[in-house]
Amino acid sequence: MSIGHTLLALLESGPRHGYDLKRAFDARFGHDRPLHYGQVYATMSRLLKNGLVEVDGVEQGDGPERKRYAITDAGVTDVAHWLAQPEKPEPYLQSVLYTKVVVALLTGRDADGLLDAQRAEHLRLMRELTRRKTGGDLADQLICDHALFHLEADLRWLEMTAARLDQLATAVRS
Amino acid sequence: MTPAPSGSLLAATGLRKAYGPTTALDGADFSVHPGEIVAVMGPSGSGKSTLLHCLAGIIRPDAGSVRYGARKLSELSDAERSALRRGEFGFVFQFGQLVPELTCVENVALPLRLGGVRRKEAEQQAMRWLERLEVAGVRGKRPGEVSGGQGQRVAVARALVTTPRVIFADEPTGALDSLNGERVMELLTEAARDTRAAVVLVTHEARVAAYSDREVVVRDGRARDMAGARL
Amino acid sequence: MTAHNDGTGNDSTGNNGAGNDGTRSDGSGREGRAPRPGHGPADRPAGPSGPAAWLRDLLMGARFTATGGREGLVRAALTALAVGLGVAVLAIAASVPQLLDARDQRTTSRSVFPAGADIPPDDQPRKGAGTLLYQHAATDFRDRLVDGAILRPEGPGAPVPPGVAALPGPGEMVVSPALGRLLASDEGKLLSERFRHRTVGTIGDAGLIGPDELFFYLGSDRITQGGGVVRIDGFGSSQDGPVDPRIVVLAAMVCVVLLLPVAVLIGTAVRFGGEGRERRLAALRLVGAGIASTRRIAAGEALCGALLGLLAGAGIFLFVRGFAPHVVIRDVGVFPADVTPAPVLAALIAVAVPALAVAVTLFALRGVAAEPLGAVREAPVRRRRLWWRLLIPAAGLALLAPGVLQTRGALVFGPAFAGSGQTVLAAAGAALLLTGIATLLPWLVQVCVARLRGGPPAWQLATRRLQANSGPAARAVAGITVAVAGAVAVQMMVSGMRGGYEGPPGTVASHSQLQAQYRPGTPDELRAHTEAFRATPGVRDAVAFVEQYAESGKGPGRKVTTVHVAGCATLSRLAKLDSCRDGDVFVAQEKGGDVNTAKWFPPGTELVMDGFEEAKAQGVPAYRWTVPRTARVVETRTAPAGEDTYGILATPSAIDARAIPDARTTVLARVDPADRDDAIERFRNTAAAIDPGMRVWRRGGVVKEDHFAAVEEGLTTGGVGVLVLVGLSLLVATVEQLRGRRRALSVLVACGTNRSTLAWSVLWQTAIPVVLGLALATAGGLGLGRLMLALVGEPVRDWSAFVPLVGAGAAVIVAVTLLALPTLWRLTRPESMRTE
Repeated sequence: MSIGHTLLALLESGPRHGYDLKRAFDARFGHDRPLHYGQVYATMSRLLKNGLVEVDGVEQGDGPERKRYAITDAGVTDVAHWLAQPEKPEPYLQSVLYTKVVVALLTGRDADGLLDAQRAEHLRLMRELTRRKTGGDLADQLICDHALFHLEADLRWLEMTAARLDQLATAVRS
Repeated sequence: MTPAPSGSLLAATGLRKAYGPTTALDGADFSVHPGEIVAVMGPSGSGKSTLLHCLAGIIRPDAGSVRYGARKLSELSDAERSALRRGEFGFVFQFGQLVPELTCVENVALPLRLGGVRRKEAEQQAMRWLERLEVAGVRGKRPGEVSGGQGQRVAVARALVTTPRVIFADEPTGALDSLNGERVMELLTEAARDTRAAVVLVTHEARVAAYSDREVVVRDGRARDMAGARL
Repeated sequence: MTAHNDGTGNDSTGNNGAGNDGTRSDGSGREGRAPRPGHGPADRPAGPSGPAAWLRDLLMGARFTATGGREGLVRAALTALAVGLGVAVLAIAASVPQLLDARDQRTTSRSVFPAGADIPPDDQPRKGAGTLLYQHAATDFRDRLVDGAILRPEGPGAPVPPGVAALPGPGEMVVSPALGRLLASDEGKLLSERFRHRTVGTIGDAGLIGPDELFFYLGSDRITQGGGVVRIDGFGSSQDGPVDPRIVVLAAMVCVVLLLPVAVLIGTAVRFGGEGRERRLAALRLVGAGIASTRRIAAGEALCGALLGLLAGAGIFLFVRGFAPHVVIRDVGVFPADVTPAPVLAALIAVAVPALAVAVTLFALRGVAAEPLGAVREAPVRRRRLWWRLLIPAAGLALLAPGVLQTRGALVFGPAFAGSGQTVLAAAGAALLLTGIATLLPWLVQVCVARLRGGPPAWQLATRRLQANSGPAARAVAGITVAVAGAVAVQMMVSGMRGGYEGPPGTVASHSQLQAQYRPGTPDELRAHTEAFRATPGVRDAVAFVEQYAESGKGPGRKVTTVHVAGCATLSRLAKLDSCRDGDVFVAQEKGGDVNTAKWFPPGTELVMDGFEEAKAQGVPAYRWTVPRTARVVETRTAPAGEDTYGILATPSAIDARAIPDARTTVLARVDPADRDDAIERFRNTAAAIDPGMRVWRRGGVVKEDHFAAVEEGLTTGGVGVLVLVGLSLLVATVEQLRGRRRALSVLVACGTNRSTLAWSVLWQTAIPVVLGLALATAGGLGLGRLMLALVGEPVRDWSAFVPLVGAGAAVIVAVTLLALPTLWRLTRPESMRTE
């Protein structure tokens, strides 16, 4: 899962402090595993270095110095590219896909299309596996079947998510 | 989405169909090429089966047209469409498609006999298909006496016996377990590829759809070609 | 789609209803008496037990009748209608004894002595203030009987016939309302010339058999005792003549023919919607109803249908009863009030119909286990057994056999059959044979259908369908089978027996010939009457003579001829006489006739002229007379009535006509064919003027009902009704079956099957059992008819009695198929393909 892309997407709605970013991330995606602040700091420095964010300003206060980050045009493009690119269908994609859907909804992008693209990608692989299976021996078949069942589970999840996209959008935007 | 591509065997544009206040199809497009296997997917009630029925000329759409080869289905009479379904199309449904009183071989021979083939010859051809689908052993049994998987293979044999140019399969494995379902799909697609028959495969199961060449998703009464969704 | 919705609707009501009641039922059935520990009465109300549980289950069943949605209501209505029709037929049948009884009572209450009995004057009451002279008088008008009597009171206390307020005086008459209307109408103008009396009153219902009966009482001061005039001191006779036992057998068979199909119909009707019921019961089992409980619920449903049917039947019966006046029995319509079921029979119907409904329902459930997860039918089709099906007709044959053997070869209805015990045996035998035919049918259908192979797809679909389950069709057709077999047998009997009544074929004379008979007249009277008849407009020719039979010889070799007495003028019209003087006698030989009168009764033959039974009983001596040696053999002429009058012709001086016991005057006449109907009535007018007691009849062309015609008509009406009912149940069975196969049907259509193929398969599916049923019915009916005719000693005159009924059966096949087509069309509409 790409924390960098997620943090970038969170910046699309406006410049934030690093600490704000951590809190926003934790609220939406960090249900079981909150981010360490250090992780945020490291990621932001990498993004800064790549020119995807810029420092919008520094606040001096009681505590440590606080940088405010804003997304650059290159950053926006990077997020869009990330969302549009279907993930390589593999097991346990759920968290990445979920993040992507929420990010798309948050940034007003086409979540439907994202899901469709992912679906097509999954099915493409399934077709390939099915073909391999029909030509293969029992071992091939069993191995392919394992993958197919996992892919099918993901696909079902995609379908369920697609069916409940409106609901999710309301929840995310509230 | 797009006008019917050239070279397609069966193509529909702008199909609309409503049952009372419920809209089943709302401007759906579809096309299939000879020998192509297209999976039609989508949630329940999305209009998958209605699309299939319109494509097969079983029901008339409220608007839009279906073209088979050079013929427009809407311009054919009921008898002509029946003849078309009998001779050029084959059907596999989820369940309940075999005539319960006829033996399996008689069921398979029925489309040929309806087309005027003599009984003996029709049953010989039917036997060949039953053998190919690995259910020659149930030829003398009635559908109520065979297992679900066997029955479905008999149904596939019946769909194939006329060597149709399009096979319509509506949840053909819906009532079967995975292993039986996959075997039926393998046999169906294999036979279809051998005879260069196009297959319109309505299913909500991804693993069944995985036997197709292309996938179309019906959502809100519209059909989307998933090939177009790939960026 | 509708059925699908209904199915879920039913299920949901079933679940709802049973969710409350079913749990309780469970409690009552298994735990009601000993509540499970931990489930106190507070948190789990103890369900009713015993009779209360019964009542609750029955009521729940009854509720299902009404809560099945639109389809349920239609089904309930159909059941009620069909059961109602059956009940109405039963009620009408149950009214027949009452009706006949009522009519008998009306007849006997106004008649004076046992019909046909000649009471010697000594046995009649002595003349007094309370006596009345009575002469039966009847005439025909346009071939309809106008019945009545001439009355002459002998004192102030003279009896008054029922329905009459006061006796008519001389020259006066009282008439029935129908006769009054007829006399007043243009149509009855000719008749009114026959009734010169003044109408002073109307005969009330109490004195009439039916509302349209033509009846009169004439007042007279001239008739005197003797010669048909009797003295009475009251109306009402003890008893009518016994009914021809043949007719009793016939009537019994007609009842069987009508009632067995009704039983079949009611049995079929209460099973309408059987599949829906099984689904419901399965749903009830799922929520915990016990097997006994579901049976009770099913019984409640059947009871409710039967009770609705009883109500409908009562309504239909009352409606139909209004048409009673149009039902003509022996020329006279029926008073609606007379059509009332006998109380015992009515009670029997009210009990038997619901009982039959419940029994049939439980019997039908026997092969079906309503398991929680759906109705499970016993998978293998049981082979029907033959032996017990053969037992029933065999028993019938056994009952009929002794009677047949006894009467075989007898020309007349022998005494062997006269006893009522024999009648009952014959009726029971016939009923068993007919029932046997009905029970044989399912076996026959199964066996025959099992052999059917191949054929075009429509045929194959139909035969395979029947092979899979021919029960419902065979059951429905069993009704047709009984009806047709019985009708064929009765029809055969009717034509056979009626042929016996009509006389040998070929003698039917032209329709404009008439014959009349009355008391012996004097030569002067004969001459005057002949003139009167000849002077009647439209009468072409008339001769009158006194005649009586005469025998020569004794024992088996004795021969019978007729002696005719009339003047020379009349005799020369009967035979070619070269000369004739009073005192001459002739032996008239019909040229080319099959009776050789000249050989058997040559001049010099001694003849004995004896009276009929009553005269003999009264000791009136026979008249002995010898054909004079001087008699001449002459050749006959064709008389006005179209026949040659062969026998002995005597002039009045040659024989003492007044000494011949029971001699009668015969008038033979011919009317203008162009003016036939009116001329006949004018002839009757003349006859009535001469002697109101004169009997006039036509030699042919009379369209008139007799007992057999009534039986035949009843049979036809009933037969058609039964065929309609059977057709109805067949239709419902077919439609239900189509419904059950909707999925397969719509898939067939989707796969490109032409609907005409399906329609043909429906036709074959109906036709095969019906044709088999009709074949069995025809064979059985002809056999039974042959047997019954043998039983009554009549030859078979008509082997083709089955043709019209077979035609009607064919019409039923076509009608059922046509009526089932809309359902087929609807079921195979693409919409019914939708399963989501």
